[in-house]
Amino acid sequence: MAASLRVYTQKIKSAQTTKKITKAMELIAASRIQKAQARVQASAPYSRAITRAVSAVATHSNVDHPLTTEPERITRTAVVVFSSDRGLAGAFNSQILREAGELTELLRDQGKDVVHYLVGRKAVGYFQFRRRSFVKDWQGGTDNPDFETAREIASTLLEAFAQDAADGGVDEIVLVFNRFVSMITQTPETVRLLPLEVVEAEEDDTTSEILPLYEFEPDAATVLDQLLPVYIESRIFNAMLQSAAAKHAATQKAMKSASDNADTLITDYTRLRNNARQAEITQQIAEIVGGADALSTSK
Amino acid sequence: MASAPLTVNVVAADHEVWSGEASMVVARTVEGEIGILPGHEPMLAILAKGEVRLTLADGRKLTADAEDGFLSVEKNVVTIVAGTASLVS
Repeated sequence: MAASLRVYTQKIKSAQTTKKITKAMELIAASRIQKAQARVQASAPYSRAITRAVSAVATHSNVDHPLTTEPERITRTAVVVFSSDRGLAGAFNSQILREAGELTELLRDQGKDVVHYLVGRKAVGYFQFRRRSFVKDWQGGTDNPDFETAREIASTLLEAFAQDAADGGVDEIVLVFNRFVSMITQTPETVRLLPLEVVEAEEDDTTSEILPLYEFEPDAATVLDQLLPVYIESRIFNAMLQSAAAKHAATQKAMKSASDNADTLITDYTRLRNNARQAEITQQIAEIVGGADALSTSK
Repeated sequence: MASAPLTVNVVAADHEVWSGEASMVVARTVEGEIGILPGHEPMLAILAKGEVRLTLADGRKLTADAEDGFLSVEKNVVTIVAGTASLVS
């Protein structure tokens, strides 16, 4: 009896320690969400300006650019998976890897070859464990993505895109990342990056904003040449920032439920311990009473 | 038309560097230096590496470093977009 009492005390102790850790992680994640969200917002003017400029060029000029033209046949697709470097984020990584896996299967069914580019240590671990091949990976900066990494990813992808499929290049690039919807919802999202589908600004009556007739310097083709890679960089950077914010939100959620679970465990074990203690006391009283009875009858 | 000052936004990839009103913007594009006054026609230009000089409404001057970016002018709104940009004090 005394043994089970000790065991319960031990379990309570261990649950309490765990709770301390998860609570701390929850608070850290909560403070990081704010920062990550602030970064998403800080990068918004840039991507807005670029998107506007790109659609302005696309609407006002009939320039054919290799990045925007649809190839007749897509033989190879690059899938870029944005995961995180650390776990303890609930379904964050598994849902993104599942999404990527489903997409890969779908593309293979369409007769396309699929190559993977991975961002974040978790995706790399997943691929290595299953002995799947990937072309390139970027690790170590997912919590706090910097623009340099985005630029590097963009240039790698553009290089692959510029090559012919026969020489190992790709015809299509798809991004898979977690979008930060709210503190409690992060949804995996698939976005086709290349060939670009620039949404041409529809000039109907409902939108009072009509894009003006631009003067291009030096000329529309060169401007587009310069703008598109920058646009792609900004899209990738945005995906990284979204993923980082989503990761922190997922961590916070996971750690909150872990703390809550620890709380329930502590309550349950405390009840059991009290029960055990009471049982022990009752037994001791019964023994004493029994002993005294035995003594008095034997006299 | 020319009386209203220009609204200028200088944005880098990860943050907004500066925004406010200015009476003149001088930037260096790949074709050469260009000065923009209020009422300039809409324009999209690629910036060469170099400084962008702003003359504020009250006559003060401000210089910003901008690298591989572009400049757009539209209805007296000038947007200078660069991967990396910073103010030179």
